[in-house]
Amino acid sequence: MYSGRRTLADFKVFSRGYLRNRFGLFFGLIFPVILILIFGAIFSSSGSSIISVYAQNKDNGPVSIQFLDALNSSSTIRITMVNPTEDFSKYLASHSASDGIVIPENFSANYGAGQPVNVTVYGNPTSTTSGIVSGTVNGVINYFNLNYYKQNAIPIIGITPTTVNTHQTKYIDFLVPGLIGFAILVSPMFSLVNISSDYKKTKLFKQLSLTPLTKFEWLASKILWYIVLTVISFVLMVVVGIGVYGANITLTPWLIPFLLIGPTLFASLGMLVGTVTKNPETAGVIGNIVTFPMMFLSGTFFPISVMPQYLQTIAHVLPLFYIIEGLNNVMVYSNYVGAAIDLAVVAVITVVIFAAAVRLFKWRED
Amino acid sequence: MIPIEVHSLQKNYGSLKAVNEISFTVNSGEVFALLGPNGAGKTTTIEILEGLRERDGGDAKVLGFDPWKSGYELHKKIGVIPQEFNFIEKVTPREAIIYYADLFDIKVNPDDILKEVLLEESAKTYFDSLSGGQKQKMGLALSLVNTPELLFLDEPTTGLDPNARRAIWDVIRGLKAKGKTIILTTHYLDEAQQLSDRVAIMDHGKIVAMGTSDEIIEQYGSGERLEIRGSEELAKYIKANTELHVDYDSARGVISVPIKQKIDALAALAAAEQSKMDWSDIQTRRDSLDDVFVKLVSRKLSDHGEILDEHEHGDGMKDV
Repeated sequence: MYSGRRTLADFKVFSRGYLRNRFGLFFGLIFPVILILIFGAIFSSSGSSIISVYAQNKDNGPVSIQFLDALNSSSTIRITMVNPTEDFSKYLASHSASDGIVIPENFSANYGAGQPVNVTVYGNPTSTTSGIVSGTVNGVINYFNLNYYKQNAIPIIGITPTTVNTHQTKYIDFLVPGLIGFAILVSPMFSLVNISSDYKKTKLFKQLSLTPLTKFEWLASKILWYIVLTVISFVLMVVVGIGVYGANITLTPWLIPFLLIGPTLFASLGMLVGTVTKNPETAGVIGNIVTFPMMFLSGTFFPISVMPQYLQTIAHVLPLFYIIEGLNNVMVYSNYVGAAIDLAVVAVITVVIFAAAVRLFKWRED
Repeated sequence: MIPIEVHSLQKNYGSLKAVNEISFTVNSGEVFALLGPNGAGKTTTIEILEGLRERDGGDAKVLGFDPWKSGYELHKKIGVIPQEFNFIEKVTPREAIIYYADLFDIKVNPDDILKEVLLEESAKTYFDSLSGGQKQKMGLALSLVNTPELLFLDEPTTGLDPNARRAIWDVIRGLKAKGKTIILTTHYLDEAQQLSDRVAIMDHGKIVAMGTSDEIIEQYGSGERLEIRGSEELAKYIKANTELHVDYDSARGVISVPIKQKIDALAALAAAEQSKMDWSDIQTRRDSLDDVFVKLVSRKLSDHGEILDEHEHGDGMKDV
C-alpha cells in the first residue's frame, strides 16, 4: 500500500543528503543560472543588431521594388517578403513579429501619376525597434519624394501607422524557457541515472527493500525532490532573465503542469536507463547518449527554427522539445492551445516512461 | 516456533548449483554460523532466507513465513545487514536511524540504539566519513530499529581491522545476551568459533559438516597426532618400519603421525631414534576447528576467503 509518510521520510533523508553535496547543488541550481548569464551576455548585446522587418508588396510596378530595395540597403533593417495573399496582421502575430510594411496596390501607378499614396507601417509603440523602423521608412520616403518631385511641395508618399500588440521576441525571451527546459532535463536525468545504477551496484536498493519502503514510494520521493529543485531553479532563472536581461516573458499558472510533469518524465527516464544497464559505467554512457542530443536539439540554447530542416525533424521526436515548445508557447507566444497540445504529448510520454521504469526497476533479485 | 527451518534448499545460477539441497534449522536464541570459502553459497542461502532471492527448490520457513512470497511482511520482523553495508553518503547514523524508524512507523530513541552498537561518538558523522567498522556498526544499528527477534548478518566483519572486528563481536555478543536469534555468514573460523553456538560448514553449495565446534572436531578431526621435526627420508623410514600412517609437511619440515593408541607414539619415536637421522621438537596436538575446516573444504583460503590453491592439500600435508 502506498504510504505518503514513507515517501516523505525518504524525501527528507534524500534531500538532506543532496543539499549537503555541493556538486549536486551547483549542477542543479547554479549551473543553469550561469548559462543564462553567459548566453544572455553573448547574444543580448544591444544596439548594433539589424531589425528584421516583414514586408508585403501588393503593387506590381517597378517603383515598389525600388522602394523596398532602398529599405533593404539601409543599415538598420532587413526585409523579409511576405506573400501578398497573406493576412498581414495574422502573419505578424504568428511569427511573433511586430514590425512590418505593406505597400498598397497601384503604388507605382499612383506614384507615376502624382497621386498621393500611403505605405502602411506596422509597429508596437512600446517596442524599441518600432521607432527605428518607422524612422528608416520615413527616410526612404523622403528620399523618393525629394528625388522625383523636387519642385512639388506636397509629399506624394506618406505613412499610415498601424499599431500591433505583438512583441518583437528577443533572444533572451527564448533563452529563459529553453534553459528552464535544460534544468528540467539535466538535473533529474543525470542524478537518477547515477543514483539508480550506483544504488544497484552498492546494494543500497537491496537494503531498502528490507524496509517497508516500496520502490514506487522511493521513486515518488525522488521525483518530488526534483520537482522542488526545478521550481527553485525556475524562479532563479526567471529572476535573472527578467532582472538582468529584461526578458519579456509571461508567467501564468499554465507553467505549473510543465514544472510538475517535466521532472517526473526525466527522473523516470534516468531511472529507466540506470535500471536496464548492467553497471554505472554503461549507465553513464547510455545516459549521455540519451541526454546530449536532447540538450542541444530541443531548442534549449536557440530556437529550433534556426536549425536545418532535418535537425528540426529529429527535434520532434525528442520529449524535451515538447516541453520547451510548450514553455515557449506559454511564456513567449501566449499560445495556450499549442501549449495544451505540447502538454498532452509530454504527459503521454511521461506515463509510458514512468510505468516502464517502475515495472523494470527491481528492488530484489530473482 | 523454530525461527528458521530449511529443507533441501536449492538455487542454481545456470548450470552452477550455488545451493545444493541443504537442510538445517536455527533454534530460538541461538547464534548459528554458516562458515565457508567465497562461492560456497553462504550469501545466496542467507539472501534466500531474507526474502531477497527466490529459491529454485526445497522449502524454507523464516518465522513461519515463506521468505519470498511473504517478504514484505517478513521484513518488518527481521533485521539484516547485507554484505558491505552501504548508505547515502551525506547522512549521519542518527538521521539514518530516524529515517528507518519513520519507514517502519515506530518510535525509537536513536541514542539507545547507537549505544547498543557502540556508535555514540560518531552519531553525527556523515556516512562517507565513517571508518569501515563504524559503517558496519551503523548497519547493525539500522537492523535493530524494528526490534527484530531474528537477525541476519552477512559477513559482518569482512575487510575490517582486528580491533574493529572485536568491537563488532562485542556488539553481537550483547545481542545474543539479549536473547536474539542470529544467523551469520563468515569465512573467518575464529569468528564462527567465538560467536556461534552451532556452525554449518558450507562448500560447493553443500553443508559438509554441522554442529557445535566440539562436535565437528570430534566427528571430522583426526584426533591426537604426534609431530616431530625432521626430513622426508625420516618420514619414509618411519612409515616403512611401522604400521603407522605418516604425513609429511615439506614446508614446515614436520612429520605427523595420527595416534590411535598411546603405544603408537612410542613406536613412531622408536623408529625415528632407530633411523639415526636428525629429528627434534616432539609435540602432540589435536585438530582444531581450523584443521577440520581446511580438511573438509580441502582448499587454502586467503584472508578474504578466496581459494588460493585447488590442488594441494589444504593443510600443506601430503602422504608419504
